[in-house]
Amino acid sequence: MENNKQSNFIKRKLKEKIFLAAIFIFSLLAIIPLFLILGYVFINGITAVNWQFFTQLPTPVGEPGGGMANAIVGTLIIVLIACVIGLPIGILGGVWLAERGRGKTGFFIRYAADVLSGIPSIVIGIFAYTLIVFTMKRFSALAGGFALGVIMIPTVTRTSEELIKMVPTSLREAGLALGVPEWKVSLRVVLRTAWGGIFTGIMLAVARISGETAPLIFTSFNNQFWSFRLDQPMASMTVQIYNYAISPYADWHRKAWAGSLVLVMIVLCITLIFKRFSKRINYG
Amino acid sequence: MPLIRLNSNISGDAIFRATTYVFALIIPLLLLALFFSLLRGALPAIMHFGPKFLIDMSWDPVRETYGALPFIYGTVASSVLALVVAVPLGLGCAIYLSNAVSPPSNIKGIISQMIELLAAIPSIIYGLWGIFVLGPFLAGFFEPLLSATLGFLPLFQGASNGLGMMSAGIILAIMILPTIAAVSREVIDAVPTVLKESAISIGTTKWETFMLAVWGPSKAGIIGAVILGLGRALGETMAVTMVIGNRPSISASLFAPAYTLASVIANEFAEATSDLSLSALIELGLVLLILTVAVNGLARILVWKTTSKATL
Amino acid sequence: MDKTKRLEIKDLDAWFFDKQALNKINMYVQEKQVTAIIGPSGCGKSTFIRCLNRMHETVQGARSAGTILLDGENIMRIDPVLVRRRIGMVFQKPTPFPTMSIYDNVAAGLKLNGVSNRSQLDEIVEKSLRQAALFNEVKDSLQKPGVSLSGGQQQRLCIARALAVKPEVILLDEPCSALDPISTGKIEDLIHELKKDFTIVIVTHNMQQAARVADFTGFFLLGQMIEFDITTKIFTAPEDKRTEGYITGRFG
Repeated sequence: MENNKQSNFIKRKLKEKIFLAAIFIFSLLAIIPLFLILGYVFINGITAVNWQFFTQLPTPVGEPGGGMANAIVGTLIIVLIACVIGLPIGILGGVWLAERGRGKTGFFIRYAADVLSGIPSIVIGIFAYTLIVFTMKRFSALAGGFALGVIMIPTVTRTSEELIKMVPTSLREAGLALGVPEWKVSLRVVLRTAWGGIFTGIMLAVARISGETAPLIFTSFNNQFWSFRLDQPMASMTVQIYNYAISPYADWHRKAWAGSLVLVMIVLCITLIFKRFSKRINYG
Repeated sequence: MPLIRLNSNISGDAIFRATTYVFALIIPLLLLALFFSLLRGALPAIMHFGPKFLIDMSWDPVRETYGALPFIYGTVASSVLALVVAVPLGLGCAIYLSNAVSPPSNIKGIISQMIELLAAIPSIIYGLWGIFVLGPFLAGFFEPLLSATLGFLPLFQGASNGLGMMSAGIILAIMILPTIAAVSREVIDAVPTVLKESAISIGTTKWETFMLAVWGPSKAGIIGAVILGLGRALGETMAVTMVIGNRPSISASLFAPAYTLASVIANEFAEATSDLSLSALIELGLVLLILTVAVNGLARILVWKTTSKATL
Repeated sequence: MDKTKRLEIKDLDAWFFDKQALNKINMYVQEKQVTAIIGPSGCGKSTFIRCLNRMHETVQGARSAGTILLDGENIMRIDPVLVRRRIGMVFQKPTPFPTMSIYDNVAAGLKLNGVSNRSQLDEIVEKSLRQAALFNEVKDSLQKPGVSLSGGQQQRLCIARALAVKPEVILLDEPCSALDPISTGKIEDLIHELKKDFTIVIVTHNMQQAARVADFTGFFLLGQMIEFDITTKIFTAPEDKRTEGYITGRFG
């Protein structure tokens, strides 16, 4: 009897040990790809990145040298367009949801933002195509920026709403008690107080859309030359990397790795810096 | 004369309120516009092919016959394969990182940050890595090994060049793992401490505590997290396009190439030659839209139910 | 005591949704005097003071009715923003704006209302900080964030902020309840000083505080004004049994 209990206990303990070991090993397995991916990108990319890469235009097949300068600038411009379209809707929509979104309409809008956030980016690319490319009869930076703008709206809306709601009512009341009109209190006291956190959310959204490829392939398309016209096709880092990666040329593969290294550095730096901030938000 | 002008501000408030309201309303309007513009774009194909489109096998731009079945199959199969790999890993991670079996620690913090980073890597980079690292590894080592050992199963038969269903499934698994891990962890951490403590107080081991007190209340939410991961996998484009082989066929073997809805759109959209082929591609987009919205809706209901109940 | 009545409150009612929080309040506030409102918690004293500058109605489900005359003009019919410029308020917990420096906090009311003349602002900020007895403590650190000050200093900063817009009446809603005794003493001294220039209404749960600082005192119970008189009268010879019960500590 005693013996039986003892062996039962050992069995139970063994089960616990296996369980704990399994979840720990699974966690380690889950992060191995991170090292593999970053490692390969770094090793393959570092040898191909040089000064030319940042300053020159792409060269045709077989010609050595050349870079991605126009694509780097292109990504910047397209992301900027996305911000111009997405941020006002996201931030002001968030303000409305936080201040008066308690009723049915608020629920409906929040639900719409949720649905929008789950839609694959390529589908949003089709939307931008039918809305802008199809009407203008040509690929354009504007269409690409619009697609990325739509993609960032749900994230920005939700962070804005949540962070504005975290601002204590007492601050709003203190502003009102000074005889300041409500709208100014909303903008210059409440939104100003929440701004640090909202900005963090915006930067994380920017990091995410900078790495988007699918919605750009048939909206902003690509361009081998310098172009600053918003109604013309424009190069972007991601589409350029894609074109290089699926080409049959070893030199272009090297450039794809180089582009990936630069892209990963940008995206991960923004993410790391601002994730750190986002965990520290507290208005006490 | 008073320092502050004593003008009325009623109008300022009204303008501000109206402006924010209009911007908030743009969000559902965009969603509607998205749905209807896809529907309108797909209309010629819907009229031309009818419901047969969904079950037709052929995709031939030369003869203008288009069917979605191989793409629907490829999308669902690659995503399910991804779940098979990602669910145990993601769930293991979630349990380990949660407070259910052990208190927060430095190593947990580091691992959880790394998983967040994994989620931040752009899709295109997964694809690049898939083509040049994962593909050759599968073709040169892993797939021959599988066919030598488990080759009696139709799943692991046939030639392999590394680009096919299996590499797509693995890449997708890595990409959706952070979603599954993060959401499951949230759900697990929402289980009230009282429940865990009452289990511990009757002398349970950690495994028993988890099964007794945590698994039950968090089960539905974890399923929700898994479905949320599925939703992400269904719509994932670039990485899959680069590694799945892009051939519209249905094969029993995981080594064989396949094609997904998102991939064919990415590959052919910019070069669509006729109005009908463009419309057929938009209809594929519509199918993908409906599929992901339905899957995400289901996931959200499950996650929302468990986390809101648990906060009581 | 023959001074003008600055505020006159007639038949003031207030509600939160269906629940009536104030019932037919009638009283007045004399110019350059301190009027205290006392009563047990939940008696409606905070609701009452928040009605006086139309802050009450900013809460969801809150309504009020009745007449509040400021120099004979019914504030219930004026734009609440204009009312609040003439009747300032300081809250229970110090509420400095976290993104603003000490200077900007004091100047906030003016800046947000479009005053941008630097020398004018400098002058008003200094004057307000002096009036709030804070200037000497912060004159070398005006650009530091307002939240870096101690609790008592923060509350005086909020008083300075309220003074900067030059209100005629200042409402203090339990201004010392979050402060230590020394900071409380400083605020009470400050109230004595401010009386020279401003009309003050203070809500307090602390009877001794009312006795120390107020010229007039009103006693509230269950949303009704039980008694209103000169402070010494209330504390020495109250007419109502319930007032007597409260000030002698028998309930509340």
